[in-house]
Amino acid sequence: MKTIKNIFFIALLAVTAQSQAQNNAGLKLPNGFKATLFADTIGSARHITITQNGVLFAKLMYPNKAGKSIVRLEDANKDGIADKTTGWANYGGTGIFVRGKNLYATSDNDVYLYQLNENDEVVNPLSPKTIVKGLIARNQHASKSITLDGQNNVYVNIGAYSNACQEKDRNPGSKGMMPCPILDSAGGIWKFDGSKENQVYGDGKRYATGLRNVVGLDWNTATNSLFVTQHGRDQLNSFYPTLYNDAQNAELPAETMYEMKEGDNAGWPYVYYDPYQKKKILSPEYGGDGKKEGGENAINPTAFFPAHMAPNALLFYTGNQFPEKYKNGAFIAFHGSWNRAPLPQEGYFVAFVPFKNGKPSGEWEIFANGFSGLKGDEKVKNPRNAKARPCGLAQGPDGSLYVSDDNKGSIFKITYAP
Amino acid sequence: MLHKMKVKYYKYCFIFLFICAFSNLVTAQDLVKGKKIYATRCLVCHQADGGGVPNMNAPLDGASNVVGNNISRLVSIIKYGYNEKVALDGFYYSNAMTANPDLTDADIANVLSYIRTSWTNKASKITLAQVQVVKRKK
Ligand code: HEC
Repeated sequence: MKTIKNIFFIALLAVTAQSQAQNNAGLKLPNGFKATLFADTIGSARHITITQNGVLFAKLMYPNKAGKSIVRLEDANKDGIADKTTGWANYGGTGIFVRGKNLYATSDNDVYLYQLNENDEVVNPLSPKTIVKGLIARNQHASKSITLDGQNNVYVNIGAYSNACQEKDRNPGSKGMMPCPILDSAGGIWKFDGSKENQVYGDGKRYATGLRNVVGLDWNTATNSLFVTQHGRDQLNSFYPTLYNDAQNAELPAETMYEMKEGDNAGWPYVYYDPYQKKKILSPEYGGDGKKEGGENAINPTAFFPAHMAPNALLFYTGNQFPEKYKNGAFIAFHGSWNRAPLPQEGYFVAFVPFKNGKPSGEWEIFANGFSGLKGDEKVKNPRNAKARPCGLAQGPDGSLYVSDDNKGSIFKITYAP
Repeated sequence: MLHKMKVKYYKYCFIFLFICAFSNLVTAQDLVKGKKIYATRCLVCHQADGGGVPNMNAPLDGASNVVGNNISRLVSIIKYGYNEKVALDGFYYSNAMTANPDLTDADIANVLSYIRTSWTNKASKITLAQVQVVKRKK
């Protein structure tokens, strides 16, 4: 009886796996690509990272039902679906990054370092080294994203706890502060030594500034430089209805990708990037009228995208599995907008920007869509109706692309198998 | 003694009638005005369906505080904005809510009436008097 039951169960699993493979876990992908639901309901999965052995770690925004906030997923039988789920830690956060056997993870204030053994299991779940501590986290844009360069330096995003550096944040008529005092301790990328313990602000360096809130960042090994994706400011129409109507607010400002060299400034809060005029426009909080230019000392974006789509992860593809076109190009996970209301929302997909010689070589395109679970091409009207919201990206050792979702806690695995 | 109590009794009776009279004054037109305020000032964050944005902007639809009895808290959130890391029905919201210092007491009553009776919310409407009482206590 038990064997019959088992056979039935295995058959059922096979059928589910097959139907899942056929519909690509609900995703729409370019020809030749396939997707599986690698994991489901693991908790609010923010960023993800993968070891050389293919073990995936996800950082959760809050501890999940099991009370864990770092989840380890392993696919021992290599069928594209994780079969071993464990976890540890109890602090929320976004950033996670593995380099060899060093696993870095962030809370909203600190950066921790865990040690992995030869099986990529955590050795010191309860006693990580504290690499950086005491970073500013004031509710808004408090999550800390991280990446490493080839020299073991950690780059940490410290988001501005403000929309446009007004004297009173998000208050109509409140002026922009000049100079913006937030930039001293936030609104940029800070660089720390990845192996030194207990560093504070003074031990690090403000590597780049003028960034409102970066959630996606990646070290591009082809250019040997840092690239970031910024979340642009909100509510131009709410505060300046005579300058911007609802439709204009839905398209302004562009979401932007920057290559940040040491000392670079992207211009927040004084300017925003207008995708139509293709210019840095003076923010209305600083006397702008939608046309006046500003930001003479600020750099221009490497690439830009429709407003408010929330680029939450950036990954330069270095694998050999995907077709040549994708090599060294940028994948971006767009979490999906809310500030386009009352117009329909945008994003909720993974985009791709082709790169050649360290610069974009073509227009951006949608790579993976359908995360929202809505039928056909229906747009998300209300964010709570989106089933999944892309938030993290990671590349497996075999060149597969993994996408995390912080809404339902899914991990999608995308492979090329024409 | 008896006389004093009687006066007090009459006073409460009067206040009660006064409030009743005013609650009847939350008209369909006031709700339309409330809806308009919602559309221009609140919808961008709390969305057309009142569902908010997960982890970012709190939902108003089905929120226990919104349909609850702490009216003075609701009034002050609308007037002064809101940015506290507190759990609302078990979740945290990271955005900072805009203050509305220029809304009149009547506007506040109207928009509160609208959010308390929209979507799946079925709480009582808020009268001008209820908003004014809050302010007097401040
Ligand atoms: C900029 C975005 C934004 C705007 C605009 C906004 N809100 Fe909010 N609202 C929020 C956020 C974020 C919270 C939760 C704040 C927190 O937890 O600290 C919130 C909380 C609330 C709450 C408390 C909910 C609860 O469960 O306790 C009410 C009521 C509310 N808002 C009503 C309104 C109304 C009415 C308007 C328009 C007049 C409005 N909001 C405009 C973002 C916004």
